[in-house]
Amino acid sequence: MKILVAVKRVIDYNVQIRVKEDGTGVVTDNVKMSTNPPDDNAIEEAVKIKEAGKASEVVAITVGEEKAQETVRKALAVGADRGIHVKVDGTLEPLAVSKILQKIVDKEKPDLVFMGKQAIDDDCNQTGQMLSALLNWPQATFASKIDVKENKLEVTREIDEGLETIEINVPAIVTCDLRLNEPRYASLPNIMKAKKKPIEEIAASDLGVDVSPRLEQLKVEEPPKRKAGIKVANVAELVQKLKNEAKVI
Amino acid sequence: MSRESMEYDVVIIGGGPSGLSTAIKLKQLDPNLNVCLLEKASEIGAHILSGNVFETRALDELLPNWRELNSPIKTKVTKEKFLFLGKTKSLSWPTWLLPAVQQNHKNYIISLANLCRWLAEQAENLGVEIFPGFPASEILYNEDGSVKGVATQDMGIDKDGNKKDSFEPGIELLGKVTVFAEGCRGHLGKQLIEKFELNKGKDPQQYGIGFKEIWEIEDKNHEEGLVMHTAGWPLDNNTYGGSFMYHAENKQVFLGYVIGLDYKNPHLSPYDEFQRFKTHPAIKKIIEGGKRISYGARALIEGGFQSLPKMFMPGALLVGCDAGTLNMPKIKGSHTAMKSGIIAAETINEHLKENKDLSIYEDKFKNSWLHKELYEARNVKPSFSWGLILGIIFTGIDQILFRGKLPFTLKHKHADHETLKPANQMPKIDYPKYDNVITFDKTSSVYLTGTNHADNQPVHLKLKDPDLPINYTLEKFDEPAQRYCPAGVYEVQKENDVNKFVINSQNCIHCKTCDIKEPSQNIIWVTPEGSGGPRYGNM
Repeated sequence: MKILVAVKRVIDYNVQIRVKEDGTGVVTDNVKMSTNPPDDNAIEEAVKIKEAGKASEVVAITVGEEKAQETVRKALAVGADRGIHVKVDGTLEPLAVSKILQKIVDKEKPDLVFMGKQAIDDDCNQTGQMLSALLNWPQATFASKIDVKENKLEVTREIDEGLETIEINVPAIVTCDLRLNEPRYASLPNIMKAKKKPIEEIAASDLGVDVSPRLEQLKVEEPPKRKAGIKVANVAELVQKLKNEAKVI
Repeated sequence: MSRESMEYDVVIIGGGPSGLSTAIKLKQLDPNLNVCLLEKASEIGAHILSGNVFETRALDELLPNWRELNSPIKTKVTKEKFLFLGKTKSLSWPTWLLPAVQQNHKNYIISLANLCRWLAEQAENLGVEIFPGFPASEILYNEDGSVKGVATQDMGIDKDGNKKDSFEPGIELLGKVTVFAEGCRGHLGKQLIEKFELNKGKDPQQYGIGFKEIWEIEDKNHEEGLVMHTAGWPLDNNTYGGSFMYHAENKQVFLGYVIGLDYKNPHLSPYDEFQRFKTHPAIKKIIEGGKRISYGARALIEGGFQSLPKMFMPGALLVGCDAGTLNMPKIKGSHTAMKSGIIAAETINEHLKENKDLSIYEDKFKNSWLHKELYEARNVKPSFSWGLILGIIFTGIDQILFRGKLPFTLKHKHADHETLKPANQMPKIDYPKYDNVITFDKTSSVYLTGTNHADNQPVHLKLKDPDLPINYTLEKFDEPAQRYCPAGVYEVQKENDVNKFVINSQNCIHCKTCDIKEPSQNIIWVTPEGSGGPRYGNM
C-alpha cells in the first residue's frame, strides 16, 4: 500500500500574526514558518502504518513557493520515503490545490491520501473534501484514530457530539486531527539522511491545472479590540449592571 | 546511555554573528573542511536581538562583495542625536562633542536577526551544515581533559524526567575543534570558563539587560536613518544605562533601553524603567499614534577588555560574547563578534593544517584591530561606577583628549550579583500604571515575542537550593527575580498565607538575566528542549 501525504507551509503557530497596514494580507517577511501542525500528524500516522508493515511507501507532497520545499524535507526527516514539490507562486485556494493533488494521484496511484484536517492560516478545511469529490473516493475527516484493515480503514472521527467510528473502503482520503498521535522529533542523523532523499519538482503549469484564484479578497483586518473589564463590588451591582448597562437580563 | 555520534572537523555552537562568521571564514579558507553549526532556536535569527547600528568593518573583510549579495544592510545612518533627559526636559548634546567611537555616520541601521539569516544562507551556500532546533546541552571531554565536542539535548523527556513515547536521545557531535559562540552568558561557555579557569586574573564580567521594541510610527514622525541615544531620566545618577532609538526602513523605529546589571536597588525593575522611559515627552511624541509590533530582551556583555577571559583551551575556542567582545562605549558588539569569529577560523585552519597550537588565537587577537578597539574602550564603563556626571566627564577626557590611551586601566570591582543592597535599606520605586498605548504590562509584551516551550518538559531554570528564594532572597531582597526578569517568569504567590516561588519557564525568552543577577547565583539557566524560546522576526 502506498500513502500520499500532503503538507503545507504556514506561519508558525507561536508567531503573533500581524495584519499588513494596507489590509491586503498578513505580514510574512522574516516570520518563522513551519509545517501546518495537523499535517505533522498526517505524516506521523503514515510513517507509523509503514513501520507496522502495512504500507510500502510514504510520499510527501507540498504545493507552493520555493521555500515550501522545507516542509517536504521535514517530512522526509521523520520517515517519508520521497517527496514531490509542485511549484506555484502567489495565492492558492483549496480548489486549485485539490485539483493539483488529483493530477498527482492519477500519476502516483496511491491507496491512501492523508493530510491535516485544515490549515491554521486560512482555516478553510476544504482540500480533503474537494479532493474526495474530484476523485470520487470515500473520505474520513477529522480522524483521531485509524485502523488499517484488509482493503478497508476503520476511522474514529472527532465530531461535535463526541466520537464517531466509520469504516471506509480503500482507496480513500483521510484528514487528520491533532489528537491522532504525537508527531516524533526529527533527529539530527535523520535530518542529514533526509537531505539525500529525492524530491521531484513539478511546475503547476505542466499539470494543466488552472490555479488562478476564484475568490476576490476584499480586506484583511484585525479583530476589534476587547474593552477592558471592570470589577464589581458585589452581586447586586453585577445584576444591576447586567440589567441596566449590558441589558442582557 | 549510548548515543549516536557524528564527527566533524569543526563543531560550532550558536548561529549568531560570531558563529556564522567562523563558519563562513573556515569554508573560505578550506572548502573541504567539514563544519557544522548548532542553533537552539527554531530557525537562525529567532533568538537574535540587538539594536542595531552596524559597523561593516568585519563584514567588509569577510564578504567584501556583500553589497552585491542582496544583504539586508540597507539603511545608512543619516543623522545623529544625543539627548540628556531630565524628568520633562531634554538637552541636546552636540554630536561633534561626542567621542569618535560614538559617531555613526558611516554605519547602517539593521536588524541583526535578518543579518544572521542572510549570513546563514551564505554559510549554507559554502557547504556549512546548519542545524536549528538543536541546543548543545553538554560538553564532552577527551580522556586528557581536552574538549571533544558537545552533545545535543535529549528530546521527549517529561516534566518529571521520564522518557515519553516520542523520546529521541541527543547525539554527540565531535569536532577536532569546537567553537563556542553562544552569545552573552552562554551556558556551556560559563562551564568552560570555570573549568579551565579562563577568567583567572581578570576582572569580574559585567553585564547589562537590553530591551527592544519595534514600533511602526506615523509618517510625520519618521526620519529614516536617524539614530538617537539618550542618557539620564528615568535612571538616577548611580544607575548605568541609556536608550536607543533607530529609525529603520518601512516606517519602523527600533526603540530600546539598556541598564547595567550592577544596579544596587533590589526594588528597581528594568522592565518598568524602560516602559516609563517611553512616556518622556521627547520620546512619546515620536511613537504616539504608532503601534508596537515587537518586544524582546537579552542580556549583554559590558565588561570589555578587563573582563575578557582567555579565549582558547585544549580543543576549543570562545568567540564573540561567549567570551565578551562587545565594545561598550561604541554600543556595538556585532562587528567585534564577527572579527573574533574570523580570527578563530584562521587559527583553526592553521591548527589543523600546520599543527599550530590553539594559543595562536590570542596572538592573532592581540595583533588585530579588535584588540586595539577593546583596549582603547576599556576605561569607559568602569568610570560610570562613580555616577553618570563623573563618568561623562572622565569619558570625555579619556576618549576625546586621550583617545583611550591613558596609561592606566580602571577595574571592575564587583560581579553583578554582588551589588544589590538589602531591600529594607533602599527606597521602593513607585512605577506608573501601564496605559496600554505607550506602556504595556509584561504579559502582553511576552505575547509579542512568540516564545513557547513545549508542554510537559523539565523546567529549564534550575534552582541550586529550591528553598532559598522564599527563605532568604524574599526577605533580604524582596525576591528581585520578580522584577529583573523581563518576561514574568518568576512570581512569588501566596497560597493559604504561605509564600511560594513560582517559575513560569514557558515564558522564558532566553535573556539569561536571572543566571547573572540572582544574588546567591541560585538560578542556573540550562537549555530547554530544542526550538523552545522566542520567535523573533526582524529584531
